[in-house]
Amino acid sequence: MGLDIRLPLGLLFLVTGGMMAVYGLFTHGSAIYEKSAGIDINLVWGVVLSLFGLTMLLLAYLDRRRTANAPPVNLSSEVPPSNRPRGH
Amino acid sequence: MLNASALAIGLKTNLTAIDWLIMLVYFAFILGIGFLLKRHMRTSTDFFLAGRALPAWVCGLAFISANLGAQEVIGMGASGAKYGIATSQFYWIGAIPAMVFVGLFMMPFYYGSKARSVPEYLKLRYDEKTRAWNAGSFAIMTVFSSGISMYAMAKLIQVLHIFDGVFIHFGLPLNWIFHFSIFLSAIIVLGYISLGGLTSAIYNEVLQFFLIVAGFMPLVWIGLKNVGGWHGIQRALGPGYTHSWRGMAHASTNPLGTEWYALVFGLGFVLSFGYWCTDFLVIQSAMAAESHLAARRVPLIAAIPKMFFPFLVILPGLIAISVPTVTQHMMAQVQTAPAPGVARGAAAASVTSDASSVPVGQGLIPVKVDPISGRVLTNDKGKPLLDYDLATPNMLLHFFPTGMLGLGLTALLASFMSGMAGNVTAFNTVWTYDIYQSYIHKNGTDQHYLWMGRMATIGGVALSIGAAYFVTSFNNIMDALQVVFSFVNAPLLATFLLGMFWKRTTGHGAFWGLLSGTCAAALHTGLTLPADVSGVGIHGGWIAVLHVYPSTMAQTFWTAIWAFAVCFIMTIGLSLMTKPREEKDLVGLVYSLTPKPAEGHLLWYQRPASLAILVLAMVVVLNLVFL
Repeated sequence: MGLDIRLPLGLLFLVTGGMMAVYGLFTHGSAIYEKSAGIDINLVWGVVLSLFGLTMLLLAYLDRRRTANAPPVNLSSEVPPSNRPRGH
Repeated sequence: MLNASALAIGLKTNLTAIDWLIMLVYFAFILGIGFLLKRHMRTSTDFFLAGRALPAWVCGLAFISANLGAQEVIGMGASGAKYGIATSQFYWIGAIPAMVFVGLFMMPFYYGSKARSVPEYLKLRYDEKTRAWNAGSFAIMTVFSSGISMYAMAKLIQVLHIFDGVFIHFGLPLNWIFHFSIFLSAIIVLGYISLGGLTSAIYNEVLQFFLIVAGFMPLVWIGLKNVGGWHGIQRALGPGYTHSWRGMAHASTNPLGTEWYALVFGLGFVLSFGYWCTDFLVIQSAMAAESHLAARRVPLIAAIPKMFFPFLVILPGLIAISVPTVTQHMMAQVQTAPAPGVARGAAAASVTSDASSVPVGQGLIPVKVDPISGRVLTNDKGKPLLDYDLATPNMLLHFFPTGMLGLGLTALLASFMSGMAGNVTAFNTVWTYDIYQSYIHKNGTDQHYLWMGRMATIGGVALSIGAAYFVTSFNNIMDALQVVFSFVNAPLLATFLLGMFWKRTTGHGAFWGLLSGTCAAALHTGLTLPADVSGVGIHGGWIAVLHVYPSTMAQTFWTAIWAFAVCFIMTIGLSLMTKPREEKDLVGLVYSLTPKPAEGHLLWYQRPASLAILVLAMVVVLNLVFL
């Protein structure tokens, strides 16, 4: 459908996670984390979300490179028959 | 553990700039996706069926997200707090087997017949009147469902005081927040659907799926850490809460108030198959898949995250009721509406000052307060009722610091919107193809129907706003609507099963079978009464009380069983009395007359059946773990 969903998805999580991580860095050790059992959840979770975002962007990028002329590849399933070596 | 000062920080919604920023980024993204997709919307197929070009995993996540509205997120948290882990039956018994079935056996007919909607399949298989009945009732239900979603969201925003700070800052009256929330959500949903159609809705459902996971996973993590893990919950709540099958032999020995066979047949078969296999709201995302094989995989892929959702949405309810009880006044609860013009600060202060006289709830769950009189509601034994619907929202407020709280609330808002969006896209398709094109304007150009789809989106959102206010102004209307919807939906499964798997079924048999199933459901509800409601009313007994069920849930299951049975028998009987269609007209529509899809070229793990076996095995393991 023209737009690979992993691009906006990855970007959204990278931006949101990045914001949370930076905010977590600046508020590290603050009293606001007494709520979350002493964990700087903004920093921890911000990093996790950014990594997820990056992974999605990377997958989208690799896919675009691999199938420059073919339609977008189905993440969950096999490589479409057109790309598969003969014999399968 | 929380200490006193942490408690004193309290559960007021204190949003800061970072929370607003996170919410704004999300809303910018969902509208941005709509704009990016707009240039791809050239034909009505692009708009209504996403061009039938989406990969299976995207459709699969949308398949469960469409159902994962906030009523589900909030309702499952509430049931978790009320009934414990037995609530997961709604997933493990009440969804997974049906999702496997629709993927393996029914999707070939929906996708293969080239029907563009579920009512259109009924037209191809049966006749015009069966389609008309299904399309009409479905269109009405989607409008009301999306209106109820809107109403629930506005109510929650009000209760959590999310916009209070902003409104006070700009000197706006606080009683506008409800209207503001309704119109804001309407405009956003309208924006991205009219721009990008079903693709936009599906893409946003995928974003929402990951947001819910991102917002709720840390909630469960911190919550579990706080109550001492799963063992802490077991210690705090006892075995009745932490085993999903205990006491299912008799209705009186388990929290759901139903026997195992009513659970398995009523919920696990009739209700769940009826929903997952026939409701266009979920089926539409599978119909958008890029190929026949992908369409069959959609529900199977969806089933894998679905079976783990109890840990994200039900567990917060159990944690909420396990944590040491928090004083009432600090939690969000439905407070007496302040007199118009009175600043919220003053009202909140007065609530705080007399908080000592208010009975406390349990854990993070406050007692239920009458929104009009401000009095605590009690049951007939004088015990205060708990407002279970606030379990999940209060968990967010209790455990999340600013920043993370913004993400949690965004996830909650996203789930409301995607529930609405799914209904709106289902409505615009059924309206345009099954009502407008079939009965109002038959031979229009494709561009005309694309235009109609955008108009129907506007109309659908406008009607949803109407429905939201309709629900607001009549007490109990939501319960009444749900009861009426269940009459219409309960017999549907029999019609589809017979249509797909028995070539002798006729249009007359299907139509009159459906109507008699609906009548049977109404009759059964009118003649029985659940023990947990206060007297004869919407919930039953309005004809006579012949039987009393131990719980509303038991009554619902048995209503479904009766409706299914009557529809099944009537459809068979009437079909045998009427003239069947010629077999050549039913190719691609009925199991025995449709060539089986060739799977010889697929490796064993690529076949839908292998995926199905894997999914079922995983569910069995989950059931054994929480037996």
